[in-house]
Amino acid sequence: MSRHEPVLTMSGIRKAFPGVVALDGVDFRLLPGEVHALMGENGAGKSTLIKVLTGVYDVDDGRIELEGRPVRFSGPGQAQQCGISTVYQEVNLCPNLSIAENIFIGRQPGTRPLVRWSAMRRRATELLERLHLGDLDVNAALGSCSIAIQQMVAIARALDVDARVLILDEPTSSLDAAEVAELFRVIRQLKTDGVAVLFVSHFLDQVYEIADRMTVLRNGKLIGEYPVAELPPVALVGKMLGREREALEELQELSVRPDGADGENREAVLAAEGLGRTGAIEPFDLTVHSGEVVGLAGLLGSGRTEIARLFFGADRPDRGRLRMDDQAVTLHGPRDAMARRIAFCPEDRRNDGLIEDLTVRENIILALQAARGWARPLPRRRQDELVQEYVDLLGIRLADPERPVRELSGGNQQKVLLARWLITRPRLLIVDEPTRGIDVGAKAEIQRLLTRLALEGMAVLFISAELEEVLRLSHRIAVLRDHRVVRQLENQEGLTVDSLTQVIADGGAA
Amino acid sequence: MKRLLGSRLVWPSAVLVLLVLTNLWFSHGFLSIEIRDGHLYGSLIDILRDATPLTLVALGMTVVIATAGIDLSVGSVMAISAAVACLWISKQDHQDTLAAVAVGVLLALVVSLMAGLWNGLLVSVLGIQPIIATLILMVAGRGVAQLITGGQIITLTSNTYNSIGTGYVLTLPICVLLTAVVVAAGAVLTRRTALGLLLESVGGNPKASRLAGIQSRRLIWGAYVFAGLVAGIAGLIDSSNVSSADGNNLGLLIELDAILAVVIGGTSLDGGRFSIAGTVLGSVIITTLDITIVTIGVPTDATQLFKAIVVLILCLVQSPAFRARIAPRRRRRNPPAATPDALPPVTGDVVEVSA
Amino acid sequence: MTETQLPVLTPPTSPSAKGGRARGPRLDRRHIPVLATGVLLVVMYLTGALNYPDFADTQVLLNVFIDNSFLLVVAVGMTFVIMSGGIDLSVGAVVALTTVITASLLRDGWPAGVVLPLVLLVGTLLGLGMGCMIHFFDVQPFIATLAGMFLARGLAHLINNDSISITDHFWTSVAQERLRLGDLFVSVNVVISLLVVLVAAVVLAYTRFGRNVYAVGGNKDAALLMGLPVAATRVAVYTVSGFCSALGGVLLSFYMLSGYSLHAQGMELDAIAAVVIGGTLLTGGSGYVLGTVLGVGVLGLIQTIITFQGTLSSWWTRIFIGGLLFAFILLQRVVARRAD
Repeated sequence: MSRHEPVLTMSGIRKAFPGVVALDGVDFRLLPGEVHALMGENGAGKSTLIKVLTGVYDVDDGRIELEGRPVRFSGPGQAQQCGISTVYQEVNLCPNLSIAENIFIGRQPGTRPLVRWSAMRRRATELLERLHLGDLDVNAALGSCSIAIQQMVAIARALDVDARVLILDEPTSSLDAAEVAELFRVIRQLKTDGVAVLFVSHFLDQVYEIADRMTVLRNGKLIGEYPVAELPPVALVGKMLGREREALEELQELSVRPDGADGENREAVLAAEGLGRTGAIEPFDLTVHSGEVVGLAGLLGSGRTEIARLFFGADRPDRGRLRMDDQAVTLHGPRDAMARRIAFCPEDRRNDGLIEDLTVRENIILALQAARGWARPLPRRRQDELVQEYVDLLGIRLADPERPVRELSGGNQQKVLLARWLITRPRLLIVDEPTRGIDVGAKAEIQRLLTRLALEGMAVLFISAELEEVLRLSHRIAVLRDHRVVRQLENQEGLTVDSLTQVIADGGAA
Repeated sequence: MKRLLGSRLVWPSAVLVLLVLTNLWFSHGFLSIEIRDGHLYGSLIDILRDATPLTLVALGMTVVIATAGIDLSVGSVMAISAAVACLWISKQDHQDTLAAVAVGVLLALVVSLMAGLWNGLLVSVLGIQPIIATLILMVAGRGVAQLITGGQIITLTSNTYNSIGTGYVLTLPICVLLTAVVVAAGAVLTRRTALGLLLESVGGNPKASRLAGIQSRRLIWGAYVFAGLVAGIAGLIDSSNVSSADGNNLGLLIELDAILAVVIGGTSLDGGRFSIAGTVLGSVIITTLDITIVTIGVPTDATQLFKAIVVLILCLVQSPAFRARIAPRRRRRNPPAATPDALPPVTGDVVEVSA
Repeated sequence: MTETQLPVLTPPTSPSAKGGRARGPRLDRRHIPVLATGVLLVVMYLTGALNYPDFADTQVLLNVFIDNSFLLVVAVGMTFVIMSGGIDLSVGAVVALTTVITASLLRDGWPAGVVLPLVLLVGTLLGLGMGCMIHFFDVQPFIATLAGMFLARGLAHLINNDSISITDHFWTSVAQERLRLGDLFVSVNVVISLLVVLVAAVVLAYTRFGRNVYAVGGNKDAALLMGLPVAATRVAVYTVSGFCSALGGVLLSFYMLSGYSLHAQGMELDAIAAVVIGGTLLTGGSGYVLGTVLGVGVLGLIQTIITFQGTLSSWWTRIFIGGLLFAFILLQRVVARRAD
């Protein structure tokens, strides 16, 4: 097989789920002996592409060719048999089984249907030695090992399959520098053996270290395929995050960036002092004042949501403390935060936000009702008034507020979630990616709304991957990277998307 | 919300109508109701009366299932409740007095509440899976009931106690009135306050509910307490019907019928949306089914078989996978092999598709 | 017996990032519940032996197995189901159905050589049906096996409502056969049940199917992504349970020499209790058949001790079992939480 003929070709791949098109006509190809990075933000379609490739999902449209022959996998087992081996982002192994068994289950040594334990244990140890983990006890239950070890075991399993294509989906997120070096050594060895490696990671420096070519996806569409040497990090980040020119023009009418002159008169609503949570976010200081929008900028996995959850009491810190109105507070949970008029609109609206079977009206008044307690129901008439008020305010397009919220489009669902929190009239509103998956017009509406809320005195913590938004709305910006707050900046004239991108790419090193 | 479940009540209602018509066919006097001695009499009244324990138990089960849980111990709680009441009353000099009966009933209800508290503790605080948590009381509860009755069947001679299950007030059977009041109270409590909404939220998506500020732990605990209480009332009705407390057999296997009633009524076992009206309908259907079998002349031996078939059909109908096979959506086939020309041959240059 | 399970004392890796050297023999967390049951069993036996003079007779212990062999077989089937993450409520009903069919056919003159395989087949098919409903139609195991329970009991009632005695020659000779070892004896049932235990233990420890059961119970979605045959495994465990229930019914029919639709009422609960007390997690993914044997032993010993006690009434059995269940579930919870 020549080095210039792809071992894997995917053409015109289309995959849609109810309410969202995950992949829209994506092409992808993989050469033998190369490391090919798949890049894109959350929701860009990377995981879907991989699951389509490994047979977990069926494609709606498009074709896949392995070594020139069209293939359609009925399931992961078949994909493995054809030589496609995958290490998933979450460790998809069985924690109750031993390390050796996790590596070999489904293809254990021994004449079927029997299993030969001694041979299995021996081969497992040999395999782990390749990863310099030879002194691990292969009989130990996987669940008793750290996530890093579990990830290495998953890699070991994938390596043993004699694969032609090895897919690594965020394999290094739990590994330390030494383990990453080990992994890369193995990958380079595989390259010389002619194995094609598909590598997904949001750690840019690792991508640049190991990958030969990269493919960028955004919003389910293919942006382009580039040799790594010809796409510097700044340009890459730009392509991942994108610039929507029409959006920029539409938003021209929005007022100029917020005026920071009144900074001195604003009172601190919530302040974090050395606040941290192991594994989630390194200790940081951050204060949000009333009438101010603080933007958190950074790539996926940089720790922005973790800060939001700490501020809302959804997680407990193990370092530092929170101060509210100059008094130290401990937030025991969301209820506690709500009692102090903090609101949190989460990023994952389907799993953490909306109750899908409940109606739009019920979802909107839920937080308000929860705060009032079960014994004081909101009168139905008041509910309808409030719902109508916020439907109008946010421009939610719906036929009937009594339909289940599941039936709404993604953008409208996001607005419903926002409405739920705005109704509680918070002092501090935390919004995590409020404009993701929303059409341009609605984006503008929400941005205008947030600006107005700040003008009226609300403190806003604004998280977004779109840097124009962050620049447009924020008085101050905190830049995060790899679970650390690397820089806090005033949003002044000189700050542009490019310079902000540079800060992210530098990781505060400059 | 009524609209949402309105469609779900259509099928069960149709089944009920079918059953009633079947009964009518075999026994022309089925629908007749007359007043004798100031009491309403008739087959329909009998159905309502027979359905009361199941309806009460199923009511509690509905609330528990709405929180994505289950309560297998309700039958045992019924037995314990009856045992406590009957034991107390049997020790009184005059079993017929209101005082004796009232205290006995009160004690029984307190014990039932405690059973509910126990279940709730295991599930909401200790985090034990509901099936297992309530299994413990289900197994041990029978033993406790027998312990209380001393292994005997305690028989009472108390007209006052009997009247719970067999008495009449204002031409209506007391047990039916009592059940109606409890059901109405349940409906009011869940629909006139925010309780119903919060319960449905907890069962529908516990993570999101917590982030919306709902106190799931208290709600879940309360659901099990409620289930315990109504099971206690059901036990009193059942035992007063036979003037005795049989620790072994009272309420045996009723939890299965209750779960069935809840499922027939449209509440999903996965939790979330629940319907009290549906559950009442479900329990009436099950009771009517039992009577229909007798009316048709099928040996009572076939009751369970009938129930099995009903359950099977219901499960299949409610299963999306089954519905998909019956009426499969047309799947888009892959387009004919077109030469992939989106990407030119690899030359090592940048390939830009969109800016 | 140690070959049928993973080594008892295995040093786990240290929780630090890099795999460290084994720190000497430490108890594998998975084995704690089974060991606890074993200890409990020994303690109970000693309590009985110390308190009642006739208790220490080995025959007493053997009688526990003679009286509970059918429960043991059923519980073994239940072990498979629970380890895969499911539950089977139909087992008692299938046992009863088996006895009724057996007694009816034998009474009508069918040869024993035909009846025996036939009833085993019936139970197996019922299990297969439930397994298909659960996996392919996504019906929750609780409901599907509940329907199976109604179905089996219903059929049993339909076939015959009274207790039918079995007088077939083969059946009675098997029932009365005693295998002697000096002064001690066991029944054929015991041998069969121990055989079943042995086969099950080997299957679970040494075959791909057995290991797949553990995998599916541990993480069904991961098992799917790892390419394991999840569908076949899930259907198979219910089929196995159906077979074991039928076999248990056959053993019960030997024991009681009758077929009755009201046999084995509540046996599913006893089976579940035996499995849980035996250390198998109800969430699936871990457990050993040996544990189930110990669990049945515990249940049987409770009954025996109460009988020997004489003054304690039988309902204390239920209370003790309930209490034990609670204790073991709590233990499992504590162990699971520490593992996080």
